[in-house]
Amino acid sequence: MLKNMKASQVGLGLIYLVLIIWAVISLIPLYWVFTTSIQQPEEVQIMPPRFIPSVISQYLPLKMSGQTERAQELVNGALESYRLLFQKTRISRWFLNSLMISLTATAGILFLDSMAAFSFAKKQFPGRDFLFWIMVGTMTIPGQVLLVPLFMVVRELGVVNTPWAILLPQLSMVFGVFLLRQFMLTVPSELMEAARIDGASEFGIYWRVMLPLAKPGLATLGILTFTSSWNSFLWPLIAVQKSEWFTLPVGLKTLQDQNLVNYGLLMSGAAVAAIPMIIVFLSFQQYFVKGLTLGGVKG
Amino acid sequence: MVNAPFSQDQEVVTMFKRMWKSRSGYLFILPKYILFTIFVLIPIIWSFFVSFQEYRIFGTEWVGLRNFQDAFQDDLFWVAVGNTLRYAAVVMPSTVIIALILATLIHPLRRGAQTFFRASFYLPTVASSVVIAMVWRWIFQTRYGIANYFLGLVGIEPINWLHSSAWALKSVIIMAVLTPPGVGIILYLAAMGSIPEDLYEAARIDGANRFVQWWRITLPLLKPTTLYLMIVSTIGSFQVFDQVMLMTQGGPGYATTTIVHRIYNVAFRDFQFGYAGAMSMLLFVAIITLAFVQSKLVSSDVEFKG
Repeated sequence: MLKNMKASQVGLGLIYLVLIIWAVISLIPLYWVFTTSIQQPEEVQIMPPRFIPSVISQYLPLKMSGQTERAQELVNGALESYRLLFQKTRISRWFLNSLMISLTATAGILFLDSMAAFSFAKKQFPGRDFLFWIMVGTMTIPGQVLLVPLFMVVRELGVVNTPWAILLPQLSMVFGVFLLRQFMLTVPSELMEAARIDGASEFGIYWRVMLPLAKPGLATLGILTFTSSWNSFLWPLIAVQKSEWFTLPVGLKTLQDQNLVNYGLLMSGAAVAAIPMIIVFLSFQQYFVKGLTLGGVKG
Repeated sequence: MVNAPFSQDQEVVTMFKRMWKSRSGYLFILPKYILFTIFVLIPIIWSFFVSFQEYRIFGTEWVGLRNFQDAFQDDLFWVAVGNTLRYAAVVMPSTVIIALILATLIHPLRRGAQTFFRASFYLPTVASSVVIAMVWRWIFQTRYGIANYFLGLVGIEPINWLHSSAWALKSVIIMAVLTPPGVGIILYLAAMGSIPEDLYEAARIDGANRFVQWWRITLPLLKPTTLYLMIVSTIGSFQVFDQVMLMTQGGPGYATTTIVHRIYNVAFRDFQFGYAGAMSMLLFVAIITLAFVQSKLVSSDVEFKG
């Protein structure tokens, strides 16, 4: 028995070791984004690389030993990439574009999809199932395959080079209808009947009865929509060619094309794009898990 | 028989009456369905026509199958197919296997540790592929990149990662393999959590050790998840674009040109919409066929209530 205990503890230790090493390897790239972005301009391209930027390792010692000026210089040097980024590029504009488009896409998707899902899940009308299966059927077609015809549609509508060209196709995605319908099917219909007897309108039932009950589903969909909108690259790259309407990922690409070797600048741009997503993920982790398991296989 | 047209009319009338009575049902789906029709259905239908046409400055011309012939005779198309296949052949299986291994290791841990590792492995998935590709371009930089620095520590000569045709595609593949499969880990963990505990208990009583339990109970019951991940990552790796666009732009030469990268260039740099549409069609057929073959190979003959 004792021997068994020891063996299983060694096993557990090994598991932790493997997982920790793997996690470190996985996180090095993100760590390197932030590290490079706050290195002094002259310490970015050196060998051996400095894994702890001097502003982190030397700021406190310098401050303690009374060299306040040197310490301040270090801080200035660390922020140099960011200063350049915000002064010389349109990153703040791209950031606002991304934020505006992602927020609008999220709000729009939540509203449109919850209405459609409510109807598909809880209402009876001729053709309902047919209309639903057409929608779900198109989910099997990967988006990249439709780039050319989608571009032609957007061009016909005359919205190329406007944020609408990015926004409208995102609002048309059907994943959310599918996800919310799954969710709403589990809400008992008696609740809606009760509201109907009390004289609530159909929209009132949707708004006051269904939406509050569907909150966890809405939160999940909202977060997934926000992240995928924020991170989308290929379609915004095609839809918008004017830098005033670039989203962050597209802006970063042009930044890279123009500053191929200024890695401090590039990494500070990458950090600006990554930070909001990391915050969103760490604060709403459980919704990511829920969304993936709801939208994926039914086990 | 004489009454037939009349009763048909009546059916139509009652049908319309039913539709009118349930009009709120239609109104609720209407806004979404309008957008869906314009930006999903019409492009799908249009894609059939695009690939049979040639687009010129003045109007379009119906060219039948010529765009498809062009694709088959275009060396660059085959280079792109070859690169995509090489990428998918490594990335698809490694995504699934790594997700399975990591989930297996995480699952027996305490709740707090589970959450911690799940978050660490999912975090790179949350950051945009553009961010990840940009930093890997820096990691793979020949003189100051940390990839060559670490290799130097174990005495390996620096490699010209992104600028040599021998290594460029391998670099993109290495990046994809080293970026942890966050989605797969989460799905596997969820599936493992829903396997009834009494199955393992029965196996323990029969004297099965941990590995046998995993091999005979866990693995077969994970089949639906495995199949789903295989299909999703096949679709994903056949559409690889962002990484290539940011790390190598398809180069050097055409060493890392993938199918979607080729479609992008043909359509939006050369404006040959018909030809790009034909390649898209071929890509779609390839993906659907592969998904079908995979689902036949890994037919999930296990059923259990989770």
